[in-house]
Amino acid sequence: MRGFFPIFFAPGFFTSSQVVNALWVGTFVAAVSGMIGVFVVIRGQSFVGHALTDLGATGASGAFLIGLNIWYGFLSFGLLAGAGVELMGDKNHRSRDIATGIILSFAMGLGALFLYFDTITSNNATVSMLVLFGSIFVMDPTMTPIVIGVGLATIVLLGVLYRPLILSSVNPEIARTRGVPVRLVGLIFMILLAAAVEDGALVLGALLSTALLIGPAAAAVRLTSRTGLALIWAAGMGILATWLGIILAYDSYEWPPYGRGWPVSFFTAVLILVFYLVSHFISKRSRWLLIREVNEK
Amino acid sequence: MSFLFQIFQPNMLSQPFMVNAFLSGSIVAVLAAIVGFFVILRGYTFAAHALPKIGFAGASGAVMFGVNPLIGLVVFAVSGALSIGLLGKRGRHDVITALVLVVALGTGALFLVITDNYATGAYALLFGQLVGVSGSEVVEIAILGVICIGVLSFLYRPLLFASILQEGAEARGISIRLLGMVFLVVVGITTAITVPVVGALLSFSLMIGPAATTQYVTHHPFRSMGLSVSISLFTVWSALTLAYDTGWPIGFFVAAISAIIYCLARFTAKRNPITFVRSQMKPKNL
Repeated sequence: MRGFFPIFFAPGFFTSSQVVNALWVGTFVAAVSGMIGVFVVIRGQSFVGHALTDLGATGASGAFLIGLNIWYGFLSFGLLAGAGVELMGDKNHRSRDIATGIILSFAMGLGALFLYFDTITSNNATVSMLVLFGSIFVMDPTMTPIVIGVGLATIVLLGVLYRPLILSSVNPEIARTRGVPVRLVGLIFMILLAAAVEDGALVLGALLSTALLIGPAAAAVRLTSRTGLALIWAAGMGILATWLGIILAYDSYEWPPYGRGWPVSFFTAVLILVFYLVSHFISKRSRWLLIREVNEK
Repeated sequence: MSFLFQIFQPNMLSQPFMVNAFLSGSIVAVLAAIVGFFVILRGYTFAAHALPKIGFAGASGAVMFGVNPLIGLVVFAVSGALSIGLLGKRGRHDVITALVLVVALGTGALFLVITDNYATGAYALLFGQLVGVSGSEVVEIAILGVICIGVLSFLYRPLLFASILQEGAEARGISIRLLGMVFLVVVGITTAITVPVVGALLSFSLMIGPAATTQYVTHHPFRSMGLSVSISLFTVWSALTLAYDTGWPIGFFVAAISAIIYCLARFTAKRNPITFVRSQMKPKNL
């Protein structure tokens, strides 16, 4: 054990301020994404959840263009797009996906243009990679309280919304007859979702924040049919995958090609897939249907 | 008149790379429009969005190992399509699509870091560039495109039937699962050859934009596909021309033009298209 410890935690791991910062931010982001993700999986909104980060990336590259911190771009575009998708929301699942797709592709086109201008004006192409793939180690430490604050606010609001949200996710008709404002709940949830995924986008990059949102939640709903437990499982697995990802990425500076370090997002994505596959073997069927049945009673 | 010459620069097609771009762009436009028709009909929007990004990861891997990026694109996009088809449950493959997507992207990020190829290689693959297609690649794209069209024309009737009335098709002994898998593989190959032209992030708009637009105009499958192909060709040709003029990314023009055409159709149409198409396509008509 004594020999293993320094191999696993490479020297300087706990003293590096960037690493400590990354661990704090990563913990909150993973917890929030995991919990919100459970509802995303139950509601079948994976596509929207993923689309919001791409839309956020457009905002981020726009923010970089006018000299703001990319975080504000992520958040403002994410919130706007989330509200927009929900308000345009159609009852028909399929046409909602198509409308999401068209808005998304237009926004991504705009994002491509912004990134092109970013690259030209700042004369380096790393900004597009920063926006798309993210880097938790180079995050501006002054952003930490804001990111954590948004994460905490999201969790609190999710707690307030908990019962009506479950009811309107599993059965909108019953929720409506019991006087739950289903559309309003949907809108607020979409705003929470936007806040969660944009937090994730800052940490893992726009392309990979979907990993923390969907992966742990999809594994959790296989392990339990109780919503509360599923939230805890999802948050726990998300946090574990993030911590291990950060540790391994830190270790990987010693791996070839030396001194460059493998991306956190690679390790996290692979770990999340492993969790999902393990849960797949433990339980043969996804229990989101069971969650519906339990809650309907 | 001089304004027109500014847009359609006379020397544009004397550049060999522009000829390659127009040839491959046209092939891709036709194929994407036809595949897109079924993507919209079957509700595979998320998969169509995910597969090009999965292919992007493959291309960056191919760059790392020094092989033709098109091979990486095809291998990753097809295996991504197969995993989505195999692991996805009937009617609900959004979760597994997201998972396959993030794992592929994580691997892609790793390839990019190892080759230190962030700046140049990735940018072209993500957003498309005019000089992205070489003469030999045009031939490869054409061969793959012809194969896809061949498979689609062979599958046309069962696929249409199964997309509209799954139970009816099953009752007649069509294997829905196999059909869905083969179709996903076709989507994978189509995205793989679209990426070098318009880029990974925007090849999705070429696939769903024109097809979604025509649903507001016509309800007949053949007319619908014909119209998608025309819109798609118009989009690609004007995007290539404008990208040549401005030097801006092709993907931006593809996305903007197809979004404008979609909005025009949507706000002038009266009916909700998809339910109407479905109500029109009764099994007896098939």
